[in-house]
Order: sequence, then C-alpha cells, then structure tokens
Amino acid sequence: MADYNPMELMICVAARNLEDGATVVVGTGAPCAAAMLAQKTHSPNLCIMFEAGGIAPILPSMPISVGDSRTFHRAILASSMPDVMETCQRGMVDYTFLGGAQIDMYGNINSTMIGDDHAKPKVRFPGSGGANDLASLCWRTMMMTPQDAKRFTDKINFITSPGYLQGGNTRYEAGLPKGTGPYRIITNMAIMGFDEETKWMKVLNVNPGYSRKDIQDNCGFELKWADKLVDTDPPHADELRILREEVDPHRYIIGR
Amino acid sequence: MNKAVELKQGQNQLFSDPDADKAREFFRHKSRAMVNKVTTAEDAVKRLLKDGDYLTIGGFGANRIPTAILHEICRQGKKNLAFAGHTATHDMQILIAGECIDRLDIAYIIGLEARGLSPSSRRAVESGKIKLTEWTNATLSWRIKAAAMGLSFLPARNIMGTDTFKYSADKEIVCPFTGQKYVAHPALYPDFAAIHVHECDVYGNAHVFGSSVSDQDLAKAAKRVVLTTERIIPNEEIRRQPHATFIPFWCVDAVVEVPYGSYPGNMPYEYFSDEAYLKEWLNIEKDPEEFKKFFKKQVLDTKNFNEYLELNGGIEKMIKLRAIEHLTDKK
Repeated sequence: MADYNPMELMICVAARNLEDGATVVVGTGAPCAAAMLAQKTHSPNLCIMFEAGGIAPILPSMPISVGDSRTFHRAILASSMPDVMETCQRGMVDYTFLGGAQIDMYGNINSTMIGDDHAKPKVRFPGSGGANDLASLCWRTMMMTPQDAKRFTDKINFITSPGYLQGGNTRYEAGLPKGTGPYRIITNMAIMGFDEETKWMKVLNVNPGYSRKDIQDNCGFELKWADKLVDTDPPHADELRILREEVDPHRYIIGR
Repeated sequence: MNKAVELKQGQNQLFSDPDADKAREFFRHKSRAMVNKVTTAEDAVKRLLKDGDYLTIGGFGANRIPTAILHEICRQGKKNLAFAGHTATHDMQILIAGECIDRLDIAYIIGLEARGLSPSSRRAVESGKIKLTEWTNATLSWRIKAAAMGLSFLPARNIMGTDTFKYSADKEIVCPFTGQKYVAHPALYPDFAAIHVHECDVYGNAHVFGSSVSDQDLAKAAKRVVLTTERIIPNEEIRRQPHATFIPFWCVDAVVEVPYGSYPGNMPYEYFSDEAYLKEWLNIEKDPEEFKKFFKKQVLDTKNFNEYLELNGGIEKMIKLRAIEHLTDKK
C-alpha cells in the first residue's frame, strides 16, 4: 500500500518539472499547489504568476481565485491581465498548467462544451478563460489529470486550447509561436510527453502500481511508448511532509 | 510565409462596432468638464445604461466588483444587454438571475473558479436563448486595449488553429513586415462600464491598489463609465501623487460612494470575500424556484446596497471580513 494518494503523486511529479528560476503561470488548485511545493523544495526562486496580474507573490495560503488578495501578497508586482499575457507573448514565461474535460493525442484540450451544437451545448463548461492564451504563448504546457478512456479521446468535441493541433508541424503553420506546445501530461497512471516528429502522445514513465495495459486501457486512442520506459520516482517523504503541512494543510486539493 | 497562405476567420457574431472613427466621433463630444459627478447607483444606471447596450464590469468576477451597480441593473429590469464574460463569476450570476443578458462574449463564464460552477448560469447558457461568441481572457483584454488606443483591432499570436477561434469573430492577417500570420482582434468599445475602486475624488480621479486586470484600458475604451468607490477623497490627495492616478476624471461620467461595495467579493487591502455567502448562493441555485425567491429577497426587494448589506450581517459581518483579509496588518 502506497502511503500517498494519486493527487499527491501528480503534484509532486509536477513540482519536480519546475526548475529554480523558471517562470510559471498557474491557476487555482493542483497547479498552484505544485508551484508552491516546488518553491518550498528545490526552486526557491520560482516566479509564480497569476493571469489577473499577481506576479511573484509570497503565497500565505492557496488562492480561491486567480485574482484574490493572496495572488499579490508580498508580491514583486501587482500588474494587469494584458501585462501577464504580453509577458507570455514576449517569450518570458516557461511553463503553464491547464485542465480540461477532454484531451486528444496531440495534447489539444477541451474546456468549453460537450455536444455538437455550439449555440446549444449539451454540457457547457467555463470556456477558455486564459487557457488558450497560455497554451498558445508559454513555452511548455503541462496538464495534471486523472486518466480514463473518456477524457483521453481522439474525438475531442471542441479544441479550446491548442496542443499540437493536427500533429506534425500544424501548430506552427497555424501561426502559433515556434517552439511552444504541450510538454508533459501527468496522470495518476503515467507521465506522457510527445513524439518529436508526429507530436503524438508518448508514455515516458509508468507510475507505481500500474501496468502498460492499465495505461492503454484507460486511454481512448493508441498511445506511443518511449523506447526506455522508466518507473516514476514515487513522492519522497520530505515532499509529502511539505505538501501536507505547509502547502495544503486543510487538504483542499490533496483531499479530493 | 508565401502569398498562398490561407487566412481564416471566426464564424460567430461580433456584438460591438470596432470602427475607430465612429468611436472618435463619440469621444469628440464626451464631456471634459471637471465637475462634481457624485450621484446614486439608481441615478447612474437610469441615466447612463439603456436596454440593448454593451455592458462591461471591472474587477475579476468576485474581486473588486461594483455590486451596487449590478444589483441596480437588475432592479431597473434592464434588458437585452450584451456582456463581456471576461472572467465573469459572481457578476454574471447576478446579471443572469436578473435576466438582463441576451448576447455574451465568452472568455470565462458560469464558473466561480475554485468554488465550482453556477447551476443557474449554466442553465441559461445551455438553453440556447443567449447568443454566444467565444474569445479568451487575453483576447478580451487586447480588444479593450485596442479601443483604449483608439484603434479598430490589435494583432496577436494566440487562439489560431483552435475551435475557440472558429466560434469567435476574429480574422487572421499577415504581418506586412515579416510575413508572419497573426490574428486580428477587433476593438471592443463598450457602451457602459462599471468599475469599483478603492478611492476617488468627486470628479472621478481614482486610485486602485493591487492587480488591475483590464480596468485602466476599460475606463478609456467604454463610452460611459461609472465608478463605485470605497470612499471619496479630496482632490488634493490626487494632486499630491499624480503618478498614482489609476483612472483620470475625463473617462468618468458618474461617481457613487459605496463602502464595502465589492461585497460579497474580495476588496484587496480592505476585506476578503464572504465565502460562506457565495457558497450558499451556489447551493440555492440548484433549485430554480428557491433561487428565484432568494434573488428577489436579496436583490430585487432591497431598496439599495445598504439594505442588502444589512440583510447580510451589516457592519458586524464587514468587520469580520476585514479581519480575514490577507493584505491588512492584523497584528
């Protein structure tokens, strides 16, 4: 029996991808927890940014809104939404995290609707917010999500935020900045990257307790596999302690 | 990039006119008088907002929002408004409950961020009765910025290749210098904007502290602007530190003094959001009949914002919310 839950694993893995001195735009919830954990472990100089304008705050606790008082608590800068987005467009933002109801093999994400009539959706979600902008303009986009065959689909209902679009070079042909795109998809079962040529989703690491079959069975499209699959390094005791005691003591995120 | 590059355009409706010359013609006749603009929410909404107008709200959904103006729009039964859902959360919950909106520019709607989704707003958007055009947060910021600059569009590098673009009213263009493909975001000149500020003088010269979202551009882009303010300060305070002026008087048509005016939202450096109340509102929305009664009691049947505050705990509640604000020194 592992002494951590899937959310704790995903947050710890995500945090390890944020190196010291990098810039990252986060939303509320798990991405914010990952950034806070990174800052309290190996990346004390991680610059955390919020799309409403808060830049490099000392977060007293987890924000409930990306514009609430905490997002610029003892911050370097309380700026504006266009300023944050223009900083992304200028190429100064390394990472962002997105969420969504569906993701396809090219890392395109749907957070807009289920159904086939845009004017009268079967199920409506909030829409892009800043997600499309961050996916378009930050260098590396990551996603933390539980994995199942409905969410990981080749029949995405709506591309809210761009991954590699139709694969290959299509993202850059569409006009989006060169060198940007999805980087890591972190699930409860595995860590995926993308094939360099085809831009198709590729499993890099297998999480403890899961098999190749589990990972493929819980994905609606055929996954590619790295030549050398590596086992995911499980959360370390010190990561878990800081996550539980300092980052999310009320278990708002890790209790989900 | 070669000449054969195919330029796409979004297929949905543009709800506002991006024409910069028409906007200039309006602004040519906008008053430059530095006169006392203090009035009530009732008068400001009656005088400055018409049925069918394009409405924008400052702040960020449930942070620094002009609640008194939102309530007044519902009480006066304003109809057929277009609305910019530029991270619209509690502000949109109010306008949907008041059945004020029939066109919606969407960046972020129906959610209350980490608090969950609004059942009432969701029902309204899924009903098919509201016309929807998709955008993004940066896109709406830049559309407002284009208007603030007196232009008809701004080029940018987001959104292309996605369905968000397909259901927008954007158009692709080619950079005349580099040949790079860009998206052209049409300028958004709203008819009306309401913005809640920390302090301003009677002329509308305002200070805002903390993240500004798009509000400096919004005050310039909108044809008519109402400020609600936590407090009115002497003009001398503005003149003492002109570098701190966030919105100047010539953008502003009316000033309404509304202490605790962002309630139940967060007002940075003043008070935190009333999370229990926002949760209660979300819960009650699950039952449309119960919610109708709740909204009538809370908003339609209250005479003004002070009565609404009294109904929800008055000054005692406000003192509690001041005590939990993160940007005050409580020690």
